[in-house]
Amino acid sequence: MPRPERRSLWDLTETSGLPPRRFVADATGRLALSALARGRTLAVPPEALRGQTVLLSSDRQLPAVAALLQLDGIARRILLCPPELAPAHLPAVIAEAGVDAIVSDGTGPAAHAAGATRTIGFETNVVSDPGMPGQGEIDREGPTEWLLFTSGTTGRPKLVVHTLGSLTGPLDDGLAVASDAVWSTFYDVRRYGGLQILLRALLGGGSMVLSQAGESVADFLARAQASGVTHVSGTPSHWRRALMSPAARDFTPAYVRLSGEVADQAILNSLAAAFPRSSIAHAFASTEAGVAFDVRDGLAGFPASLIGQAGGKAELRVVDGSLRIRSARTASRYVGDAQRLMDADGFVDTGDMVELRGDRYHFVGRREGIINIGGQKVHPEEVEAVLNQHPAVQMARVRGRKSPITGAIVVADVVLRPGSGSLDTIRDDILEGCRRALPPHKVPAMLTEAAGLEVAGSGKLVRRA
Amino acid sequence: MSVRPIILENIVRIAQQQKKPLAPLTDELPLLESGLDSLCIAILVASLDDSLGVDPFDRDGDVAFPVTIGDLIGLYEHATA
Repeated sequence: MPRPERRSLWDLTETSGLPPRRFVADATGRLALSALARGRTLAVPPEALRGQTVLLSSDRQLPAVAALLQLDGIARRILLCPPELAPAHLPAVIAEAGVDAIVSDGTGPAAHAAGATRTIGFETNVVSDPGMPGQGEIDREGPTEWLLFTSGTTGRPKLVVHTLGSLTGPLDDGLAVASDAVWSTFYDVRRYGGLQILLRALLGGGSMVLSQAGESVADFLARAQASGVTHVSGTPSHWRRALMSPAARDFTPAYVRLSGEVADQAILNSLAAAFPRSSIAHAFASTEAGVAFDVRDGLAGFPASLIGQAGGKAELRVVDGSLRIRSARTASRYVGDAQRLMDADGFVDTGDMVELRGDRYHFVGRREGIINIGGQKVHPEEVEAVLNQHPAVQMARVRGRKSPITGAIVVADVVLRPGSGSLDTIRDDILEGCRRALPPHKVPAMLTEAAGLEVAGSGKLVRRA
Repeated sequence: MSVRPIILENIVRIAQQQKKPLAPLTDELPLLESGLDSLCIAILVASLDDSLGVDPFDRDGDVAFPVTIGDLIGLYEHATA
């Protein structure tokens, strides 16, 4: 009888080759993929979890990656629990997704979750004995559902249903990558943006350097350079912080990717100057909509010709100013929520507002982030993009401040580049730049200096005040 | 310390920043004829909130909206008294 097509994460990883050099590593551990081929990191044989819904809980990403490799195609569902999930949300998550077992190294949000679920241990050391079947001998006929948590900062995150197929769709984008590439990302790989990079490493024959919570940007960049990282991704906020670190000067990646937030021209220019030999791309993606496209010409926004193209991998529409996407890469649905993920035509509304300028569309911000100033709408991101153009500004956050007169006014916090002097001496210059580029109601009424701006676990600027 | 000079300084500074020509500031001058638009007034109220620690508009119940510069100063004098 012919063997069914092998499509699980392990099978595809094995198909791309398992030379001894291939690894997945974090700051404290290193997993050789060839060693995992002959053993396991789970405390039970993967078979024991066949057909079950499994929640992965750990502070570190490495044990979760090992568990994913072992369980995709076997488990019914795998929940990729990000480390910052509030434990208070766990009981509802466990009930909604029908979690049978928590796989944990004793850390992470669910390590001490109460309930009828059983907890299975795992670690990063591969256990192997002669009687154990190799990973390649285990039937993985799946399809396993991969449940990702949305990155919303308020309320309980929603669970979004993907499969390995929807997650790997974007990998077929013509990006030429040497098979010995070493990938890395500032993201946690349990987030959509990070998971994309992990899958590129595993399916493309490469290796992966994971970030680690609590590690400084300088230490991460030094570790990435020492591990031979060639391809690296992060949000514009991640990259603005990275460029503040002297360690960025010694980092020489071949490929730099941005996603998750609006990539403005200032950050694209700064990266091009910092990494003159790198190709730089910015991608548009969301947990629900998947990757829609990436842009490789070094310019902010994207060509208007992408809209309405038929027959592409992802179809794009602009309706009421927001970008909508239809493709096989979108998530299929939310778990346990009546809210529809797609409209009647199968398009996912990204909530990202775009504006046509010349022959390019530019992202102007999130629909829900709009500041209303006496009826005139302002997207924080469009003002941030202007502030970030000023040579002294490293990073900016724009928000609405309540006003009894106009409902709100625009205020901004800026992080200045080292050596820029005090804000008082350059405030007028920065605001003058805003006045040249923006109508009066969009110019920050107040500009405050901040030592740093908080970036959430999702890699995005924290916008709540 | 009187709030009057602080309010007048702020009005002049904000009008300059917003490139609004100001009429000579007298107590009788109606706010809407001063040259300040509603955005300028919104910025003024926020600035005074920061420097004086009061926002006389941020009250439950009715606040009589000031009509003249004098009304505005009176509102803040009352709120800081």
